[in-house]
Order: sequence, then structure tokens, then C-alpha cells
Amino acid sequence: MLALLASADFVRPPIDWHAAAPELTLLGFGALLTMMDIGWLEKGRKFAAPLASLALLATMIPIITLAVDGNDRSMFGGAFVVDNYSLIMKAMFVLAGYVVVLLSTNYIAEGDYWENEYYGLLLSSILGMVLMASSRDLISIFVALELLSIPAYLLATWRKRDLRSNEAGLKYYLMGVFASAVMLYGMSLLYGSTGSTLLSDINAAVSRGADPTAVVVLGVVLVIVGFAFKVSAFPFHTWAPDTYEGAPTPVTAFLSVASKAAGFVALMNIVFVGLLGRDDVVEPLMWVLAAASMTAGNVMALRQTNIVRMLAYSGVAQAGYMLAPLAVIGEVPDTALGAVVTYLVIYAAMNLGAFAVVMAVARKTRSAEIADYRGLFQYAPGLTVAMTIFLFSLAGIPPLGGWFAKFRVIEALIDANNASGVVLGVVVAVNSVIALYYYARVGIGMWAEEVPDGDLRRVDVPVSLVAAIGITAIVTIVFGLGFVVGDFTDVSLLAGG
Amino acid sequence: MDTLDTNNWLPTLLVFAPLAGALLMALVPEKEEETHKALALLTSLVTFGLAVFLFIDFDYDQSGALQYLVDTDWIEVIGAGYTMGIDGMSLPLIGLTVLVMPLVFVYSWDHIPSPGNTKAFMMLMLILETGMIGTFVAQDLILFFVFFEVVLLPMFFMIAVWGGEDRRYASLKFFLYTLFGSALMLLSFLALFFLAKDPATGELLRTFNMPALADSAGEGIVRSTQLVIFGGMFIGFGVKVPIFPFHTWLPDAHTQAPTQGSVILAAVLLKLGTYGFIRIAIPFLPEAAEAWAPVIGAVAVIGIIYGALGCLAQTDMKRLIAFSSIAHMGFVMLGIATLTDFGINAAIYGMVAHGLITGMLFFIAGSVKERYHTLEIKRLGGMLVQAPRLGWILGFVTMASLGLPGLAGFWGEFPAILSAYNPAGAISEELFRGYMVVAAIGTVLAAGYLLWLLQRTAMGEPSAEFADDPNITDVSTFEWVAWTPFLILIVVFGVAPGLIFEVTDPAVVQSLNECLKTTCEVGASVVAGG
Repeated sequence: MLALLASADFVRPPIDWHAAAPELTLLGFGALLTMMDIGWLEKGRKFAAPLASLALLATMIPIITLAVDGNDRSMFGGAFVVDNYSLIMKAMFVLAGYVVVLLSTNYIAEGDYWENEYYGLLLSSILGMVLMASSRDLISIFVALELLSIPAYLLATWRKRDLRSNEAGLKYYLMGVFASAVMLYGMSLLYGSTGSTLLSDINAAVSRGADPTAVVVLGVVLVIVGFAFKVSAFPFHTWAPDTYEGAPTPVTAFLSVASKAAGFVALMNIVFVGLLGRDDVVEPLMWVLAAASMTAGNVMALRQTNIVRMLAYSGVAQAGYMLAPLAVIGEVPDTALGAVVTYLVIYAAMNLGAFAVVMAVARKTRSAEIADYRGLFQYAPGLTVAMTIFLFSLAGIPPLGGWFAKFRVIEALIDANNASGVVLGVVVAVNSVIALYYYARVGIGMWAEEVPDGDLRRVDVPVSLVAAIGITAIVTIVFGLGFVVGDFTDVSLLAGG
Repeated sequence: MDTLDTNNWLPTLLVFAPLAGALLMALVPEKEEETHKALALLTSLVTFGLAVFLFIDFDYDQSGALQYLVDTDWIEVIGAGYTMGIDGMSLPLIGLTVLVMPLVFVYSWDHIPSPGNTKAFMMLMLILETGMIGTFVAQDLILFFVFFEVVLLPMFFMIAVWGGEDRRYASLKFFLYTLFGSALMLLSFLALFFLAKDPATGELLRTFNMPALADSAGEGIVRSTQLVIFGGMFIGFGVKVPIFPFHTWLPDAHTQAPTQGSVILAAVLLKLGTYGFIRIAIPFLPEAAEAWAPVIGAVAVIGIIYGALGCLAQTDMKRLIAFSSIAHMGFVMLGIATLTDFGINAAIYGMVAHGLITGMLFFIAGSVKERYHTLEIKRLGGMLVQAPRLGWILGFVTMASLGLPGLAGFWGEFPAILSAYNPAGAISEELFRGYMVVAAIGTVLAAGYLLWLLQRTAMGEPSAEFADDPNITDVSTFEWVAWTPFLILIVVFGVAPGLIFEVTDPAVVQSLNECLKTTCEVGASVVAGG
């Protein structure tokens, strides 16, 4: 065996350096950050956050040049593809990462946590996500998934002297690894019955009716269940509230937005490129996951008293809305894809914004209890207006971004023109009403109630948080008015190969 | 549908002028309350001025056609257009909106409800104005939907922050009910988008353009699907009207809202629902409308009787007016349910009249509350002795509200009842004549509860509790300025109903589908023959 390996000359596949430039840029800066840590030790501390920001902004350059260039690129036998869709998702990951760095700057520095390692891990996790957007092969998807997950497990425990943070990380780790194992088993079944790891080959094989059918179906189900953990869909969401509550808030924001989006990107790659031929298996599964996630997520969110836990359950429900278009992929694949991409982009803006406000408020109240948001308007009107924008955007009230996201979802469901699509559309509509209750309740508390302790000191919000809130609020409003977002989410997923 | 396009910047300016004012106010520090009041009033006056230009410039000979049509792309990916236009159907309602808002701002000059914060209060009302005018000029379903929803947040916060004791409950209830309705409405809009066909070519339209969808009039949609789509819109608009049984948010919202909120809610917001029926639901799906008409008529007359009985049971003046709103909107819905041009004209008249009269009643309730610190009917009394002008105004407006001929309320109620005698198309005449009788009984009940209200609050001697209360003063200057236009218009529209009917009629006739009109005539001739 070894002799065989040694005798065959390794021929490097052709590499399109431009296509790989975003990943390489991130990798380079990540390495630089680590070297700085090794070389300068504590002296490098104050450069860590700026360097991480710079890394992410620099990564935007090749993404933009690739977008301007406009050619679809494919490498490694179709395992790595750069198309419009992947560029948009990459840009989203990088910008979301940038906002997370803004959120982290003061939090990590003031909390006396390790800084260089924090940003290094953050960058490698983002690298995994950026890679995921281009992956069209089971192996590259799995590698990207582990690359983004393992640093995230560590980041969740970053408040290492806090028991809850340890619990958060451990729970996330155990659940994540379990999900990976389930998924890997499903992937092996798919590979076993189709003979290829390349998604387009898998699709060709399953469309032909690769046998044994039971194995293919089981493979599909296990892979989807694995990602259902990642996107925290009901009933695989149980890690989310505890992890979100225990993890440092910027990491929670990162997990609830970027990590969830990466799960969706992987899911879309697999479903649209690899399993479109078996939409008869995928659709009912997605239907049930979507309906269960939004209903259960919303109902459980109603009872929360902690805003981070409320946002965690609201995240479960939002995952349900995003899964819904995948229940009609057979009928309207393009509309469904556009709907999920739109939802991911808008969700990233509004959810990051909500967490930014949570962090800003916690700087004064030192708490994330919903009761401590009472009377916020009296001492922090700006934060209140921002939080109102984010919460009601999450609820889907026009003209804020969230309504457009929900609109695209319902549009895809109705467009499918069958009973299951329409029924799921009604489920989405009814759920938006349930969800409004808990978002609006926080709204009333902030605007209409008295401050519990009568303490009217202003909140001291650092510049980086102001920037994060400003960016996300503007994006939320502009997308809600229908500008920009409509043009660039009109994408199609390239199979590669 | 005929279109004219001149001056098509006008709708845009009209809609966004209040929003521009609100943004301007955002730049002024919170402490300068006088500046905020002046800015808000000025903005609403500028909007009013634009509307005056609109009323002068409007081509009344062609009020059936959409004028000032703007039609450009907005969100291309979903096919939504930035389409706006004004015809005889929207004109009176735009007029009502732009008239009410400055008067509300005048009234607010010395009536800022607790807990203060003039800046936010005024800004929310200006955003409301943008949403309301936008709804009346939008000619694209998505644009309509967005404006329809834009009013939710400001009204929610007006009730939640500046409301009474139970404001949290009332505001959430208002918000949840209306959102539930509009979510289902959106599903119906999308179904129309995907299913409507061009009547000439039989091809899918795939458009949210309202004139185009009205032309298509349900062409090519299976009857059962039409019924379901209409059902979604029925709930969506019905919650907003509100019609029985979706009405329960209204008494709470009205009672808890600050005076300004109640006035805007009664004068304009409720009309968004009825306007939706006559602008969207009926012209788009005439066949389904005909099938649904008996149901709409039934909930309308239930609303009339239920609202009236509710009024008789109330002990709170504001709650009583709220229930009377349900009854009055019942008459409007009855007119709509007949699907005749006569009935729908009466409905639009009823909307304007109800807006003026009930808006005015809520103003009075607000002023009574301010003087007596209570609205409990039992404790009030002798207003004619203590504040005679206020008492007389209350008397005048209750007369208008119960439909006294010569005042505006009459022309909303009477033709609506009359129209039920002969509904359009194949709608059962026996049934609607039954509705007519019930509605007529409703007018008697209305006279009953309104006169009883007047008797208990205005007549008699002041109760011992308030006999020497120095707070109880007569109508103040700001109140006079805010109220006089209402009072004048109630008389003017009562004496000269043609002012509105002549504007609305061509547009209503235009909106009613051709085939429905012919079946209506066939039905009429059958009756004549038999």
C-alpha cells in the first residue's frame, strides 16, 4: 500500500489562485496573528482586534474582485466552486465576522480574557465558513464544517472562570460532535450507494434511482439531521439556549448568526446540488423540521425571562422560517434558494444588531433579564430605538428588513402551487403572530414601563459597539425598503464538476 | 382602466412629506417641545396644502380614472412596483386624513398626554400620516401592504406609552389582532400574484399592479380557490374595520389610547379596512365577493346590533363611543356587502361621516376626561350647566351620530340601508331585505344609546362631586380651532351630500366588475318581470 502510494507521482491539480484568494487571505492573516502572539506575547495584545478587523476587510477585496470579474470558477474536480451564490455568502460571513470583532473589542479586552488566541480562533472559524460556501463535495463540506466548529467550541468557553461558560462549551461540543458523527455516517451511506463524494455525481446517481433505496433515504435523513443540529432546528435545538446564555455574548452573536448561516449554506449545497433528485425525501423532512421549529421555538420563547434565551428560542423559530422554502425545492428551486439566501442575509443584520444592543445594555445593568429592560427609553433612547428596530424586524413588521425576508419565504411557498406549500405558508403566517407577542412585550417594557431601580444614569457605549449597531440598523432598514437586497439575492447555485 | 398622468409627483410628495417632517424633528433636541409642536403642525399643514392643490387640480370629470399615476420598478426580484394613483374613491379618504391630522396637532398643543415626550409622540403621528396616505394612494399590492403595516408600529407605541391603565394589554391585543389579519391578507395577495390571468390573452399576469389585477377580476382562478383567497382578505381587512367577530381589540384599544390616538384610530385607521374591501377584495375577485356577500352582510348587521347592545351596557363614555364605532362600521359594511354602486357610494360616505363624527366624539371624550378625570357616565352630569358649549357640541355630535337628516351621519346610514333592498347579481334579495330590517332596528337602538348618553352626561344638575370643581371649564381656544372644521363639515356634508357622491360614483362604477353589473341588471329585470 505504502509502496503504491510512493510509486505514484503526485500531480498537483491546477489551482486558480484568484478563486482561492479569500481563503488564503484569511489564512495568511490568521497565521500572522498567531506568529505575533508567539513573538510578542502580551505586547501584541492591543494589536489583536485591529489586525482581525483588517484581516476581514482585506478578505473583502478578493471577494469583490471576484464578483466584479463575474466568471464562475471551479477547482479540484468540482469540489470547490466560486459563483455568485458563494460570493454572497462569503461576503456575508466576512462582514458578520467583522461586526463580531466590533462586538468583541471591548468585551474581551475588559474581561481580561486571552485576546490573541480569541481572534485567531475567530478567524479560523470564519475561514471554515468561507470555505463552506464554495464546497460542493462531501469531504470539503465536512472539512469546512469541522474547521468552523472546533474553534467555536473553544470560543464558547472563553469565560473560563465562569461555570456557565464551561457548561456552554461542553454542551455545545458534545452535541456538535454527536451531530458530526451522525452526519458523517449519513455521508458514508450516501457515498456507499452512489460511489462518489462529489455532490453533482451524487445527484446524478440518486436521480437515476441509486439502490438500495433504503440506504440512500437513510443517508439523506442522517445528513439533514446532522445539519439540523448546526442550525438549531427543533428537536435538535436543545444545546442552543444553554450555550447562548453561558457563552460570552459576542460569541453567542457569532454562533447564532454566522455559525447558523454556515449550517444553512452547507444544507443548501447538499440539498440543491446533491439531493434535488430525491426531493420526495427531502421535502417532507424539511416540511416537518420547519413547521416544528417555528412553532416550538416561538412557543418556548414566550416563556423566557432572559433576553439571550429568548433570542435563542427565537433563533430556533427563525431557523424554521429559513427551512420552510426547502420544503418546496422540487417545485421552485430558484425561488426557494433566493428566499433562504435573502433570509440569511437579513437575519444576520438584525440578529447581530439585537445582540449588540444586549451587550450595550449589559454594560450598565450587568444583566440580560428582560425585566431589566424596563424603562430603557428613559435613559438610553438611542439604544431603545435601535432595539425596537431589530426586534420588530425579527417579528417581520414592514418596513423593516425582516418582513422582506418572510415575504420571500411565503412567496416561495405559495409559488410552489401545492397544498403542502400553502399550508406551510399559513403556518409561517400564524407563527409570525405568535412571535410578535414576545418581541412586542420587550418593546413595551423598554418604552412604557418605569425603570425598576430608578437609576437614570446613561449607558456608556464604546465606539465599536455604536459602529456595530449603526451598521446593522442601516442594513436592516435599507433591506426592508427593498433596495439592494433584491438584486444580489437573485442567485443560482452552481453545481460545479 | 384609463389613466391620466400629469403632475405625478404629487402622490409621492403627499405621502412622504409627513415622514420628511418626522426626520427633521429627529434632529431637534428633545427639550425644545414648542419647536416640535410647531414643526409637526407645520408639516401637517404643508401636507394639507399639497392636498388642497390636489383637490383643485383633480379632474373631477374623470374621477373614475386613476390620476397622477406613477408606475416605476421598486423591488424587481419580487415584481413589486412603485405604483401610485388617485381616483374618486381615494380622494375623499385622503381629504379626511390630511384634514384630521393638523387638527389633532392643534389639539395636542396643550394636550400632551402623560408621560410627555412631545418629540416621540409627534414623530409617531407623522409616521402614521405617511402610512395612512400611502395606503390610500398605493396602486401596487406590496406597496399597499407595506403602508398598511407602517401604521401598526406608531399606533402600537401611541397606545402602549401614552395610553391609560391597561395600555399594555390593549396595545398588544391591537397589534396581535391586526398582524394576524394582515399575515393572512399577504398570503391572499401572493396567491393572486401567482394565479391571476390576463383576461385578453389568458396568460399568467404575475403582477402586483392593482389596476391590472382589477381588470383581470379573478379571470382563470378556480372558484373554490377564489373563495379561499377572498377569505384571507376578508379576515385581513375585517380585523381592521373591525367586523364582528374580530372586533374585540377595538373597545380596548380605543379606551386605552390617548385622545389623539383614539381620534386617528376612529377617523382614519378603521377606514383602511373598508377601503381594502372596495379597492382590492371586491374588484379583484367579484365572483367570490358575490358568494361571500351574504356572510359579509350577516356580520355587518350582527355588528350593528351587537355594537348597539354593547353601547347600552357600557358605563364608560369612551368605551361606549368605541362600541358605537362597531355599529357604524356595520352600516358601512352592509353597504359594501350589497356590491351595488349605490351601496358602495353610501359606504364611502359613511366612512367619511363616521371619521368626522366619531373622531369628534373622541375629542370630546378626551376633553371630558381632562376636566372630570373620569369618563364614568354615572358620575358625569349637568355638562350643559357647567360647560354649556361643550355640552351643546356633544349634543350636536350625538345627533349627527344617530343619523339625523341634515347632518353628515344620515347620508352614511340611510342609503346603506336602502341599498340592501336590492343587492347586486345573484345575491338573495330576501336575505338582504331581512338584513335591512335588522339594520333599521339598529338605527333605533343607536338613537336610544346616544340620547341616553347625552341625557346622563349633559343634562340634569352637576353631581355633588363636581359641582364646584374649578377644573371644569368650557371649550378652550385650541379646542375651538381643532373642532370647528369638524363641526362645519358635519353640517356641510349633511346639507350637500353630492359633494362626495359625485366624486366617488364614477370610481365606484369603474371598480365594480362589468359582469357583475350585467348580472345585476338581469336579476333586476327578473324581479320586475315576476
